[in-house]
Amino acid sequence: MGGAATIRLERDGPRAVARVAGELTLATTPPLWREVRGVAAACEEIDVRGVPRCDSAGAALLVHLRRESAARNGGRDAPITGAVAQVASMLAIVEDADVHPISPVAPPHEPDDGVFERVGGAAMRLAEAARGGLGYVGDVTASLAQALASPRTVRWKDAFLYMTRAGADALPIVALINVLMGIILAFQGVSLLGKLGFESYTPEAVSVSVVLELGPLMTAILVAGRSGSAFAAEIGTMTVNEEVDALRTMGLDRTRFLVVPKLLALLAMMPLLVVFADACGLLGGLLIGVTALDMTIAQYMAKSFEQLDLWGASQGLIKGEAYALSIAAVSCWRGLRTGNGAQGVGLSATSAVVSSIFLIIVCDAVLTVVFHYV
Amino acid sequence: MSDGPPPPEPAVRVTGLRAAFDGRTILENVSFDVRRGEVFVILGGSGCGKSTLLKHMIGLLHPAEGRVEIEGRDLTAARGAGRQSILSRFGVLYQSGALFSSLTVAQNVALPLEEFTSLPKEAIRSLVRIKLELVGLLHAADRFPSEISGGMKKRAGVARALALDPSILFLDEPSAGLDPITSAELDHLILSLRRVLGATLVIVTHELQSIYAVADRCIMLDRARRTIVAEGRPADLRDGSSDPWVRAFFRREVPEEAKP
Ligand SMILES: Nc1ncnc2c1ncn2[C@@H]1O[C@H](COP(=O)(O)OP(=O)(O)OP(=O)(O)O)[C@@H](O)[C@H]1O
Ligand SMILES: [Mg+2]
Repeated sequence: MGGAATIRLERDGPRAVARVAGELTLATTPPLWREVRGVAAACEEIDVRGVPRCDSAGAALLVHLRRESAARNGGRDAPITGAVAQVASMLAIVEDADVHPISPVAPPHEPDDGVFERVGGAAMRLAEAARGGLGYVGDVTASLAQALASPRTVRWKDAFLYMTRAGADALPIVALINVLMGIILAFQGVSLLGKLGFESYTPEAVSVSVVLELGPLMTAILVAGRSGSAFAAEIGTMTVNEEVDALRTMGLDRTRFLVVPKLLALLAMMPLLVVFADACGLLGGLLIGVTALDMTIAQYMAKSFEQLDLWGASQGLIKGEAYALSIAAVSCWRGLRTGNGAQGVGLSATSAVVSSIFLIIVCDAVLTVVFHYV
Repeated sequence: MSDGPPPPEPAVRVTGLRAAFDGRTILENVSFDVRRGEVFVILGGSGCGKSTLLKHMIGLLHPAEGRVEIEGRDLTAARGAGRQSILSRFGVLYQSGALFSSLTVAQNVALPLEEFTSLPKEAIRSLVRIKLELVGLLHAADRFPSEISGGMKKRAGVARALALDPSILFLDEPSAGLDPITSAELDHLILSLRRVLGATLVIVTHELQSIYAVADRCIMLDRARRTIVAEGRPADLRDGSSDPWVRAFFRREVPEEAKP
């Protein structure tokens, strides 16, 4: 790719000439952009005799130097001289502001020839899916590790966007569902425990169920429905539109681009949502408690926290993180495996929600047992 | 084109390629070279495997047999950094444009530059401007792909494929769905790119008038025979091919489509 390119300011009699030498390409120009500023003010001519070849990045540099120089010298033009034919035509293309005023038209037609032969051997496909799934888990783990090791490689702008969508935008519905859940639990508690004469234990029953189990669970189900389906549909649409192919042929890692931001967003938002959901659940219980049980707010709250400790609260948070990981990972996977067409996208979104909820319940069962013995 | 003698390897070499989906062979015994700096066109009836062949050439699909070399380096076997450096040699225009829908047109073009070069922001900005000017889309720089027409998406796709000044450009049906004038302008753009960048172009197309306008050489695939049935200059194939099917392909469509 040739040696390094240089810009040197030299005096040629009375004139200050910027002499550019070497191949000007995408590979050689980056360091030169910093030198333009120093050269531009003084230079009266740009001599490119030493440039055997340039690509558009090189031409852009020359044009930039020329404009910069004009801007700093009250519009006095510094002509570019000595360009070989290739450099001259590249400069012409780059400097030419409005070359092709093309009139846009109808969208391109998609050739529809996707009548795929149905192949038997569901077992083979299942085995392949399992292999693909394992590979995917490996990819995701590696990308997450890389994200933690060098956070600069993460596409934070995307991640923040998903945080807003999955976190902040979910607050109203999470609040509503969990307040209702708290009310239902307290109501059931009062009527069932009341028969046994233990109705004063309702606050404990509500707070333990909400914090250990139902707060994280209801939140996760909502997140699966809202964000999981959105993730799958988004990636699915990108797959159908060949955007994922485009990422691959550009050499960009699709896991880093498409999966990691979503994963990080859910991991960051889930604890906040769970704490918020717990508070809403307790509030719902409190509403019934003070109306049906003749307790003061202070009494109800004190009893609520009697059976709860930090470990109990952390269990709920740990579950929440496990749910978040499952939802993001499986939804993105469904998206990446989208088949052809709009139908494929719909199927992916549906199966993302179903798989997410399945994984949530599995995680819940496993973690509940683990926590019991810890 | 660069000064001095070009390196001996062809831009793309496909050797003994067999392409199959789920064990069903689509193409077999496909071998050809794309020479440096030429405009190479892949022709054939609908469903004969043109897009499939292209996807093998850019490494999206893995051949069941045979191999693909880009500038003398085996794409089929390459992994990691080696593969990355091969991928950086070419740009691809997808049939639907394949712009990233969450980014504006300008951000789409900027993405490869941001990811793969250390250019400062202002440099990237002006390179993006240049590429968009080239394809006549500067006015739409800040629009999202959903807000522009199909033809504009194609041109934005060309601009993005050109972002890193690739030496090989693959175009899948660049003019499908465009009106004759727009597609003629796209042809013109393609030819001027070739002239100035010295790039090699590999084009899948149906448009016969495009073929005569731009192609140096072409190959024709046939669905029934599942392989290359003709190779050469388009005018020679039309006039001199011994294969009646090949002549029919050209003859059948030329009369109606010759004039826009
Ligand atoms: N992902 C796939 N899975 C299974 N079969 C496929 C797949 N993609 C393409 N095919 C089959 O391969 C054959 C060739 O398809 P291809 O898309 O390469 O055709 P084409 O020549 O590009 O056609 P067109 O001119 O209509 O775009 C078709 O029979 C198609 O059904
Ligand atoms: Mg096709």
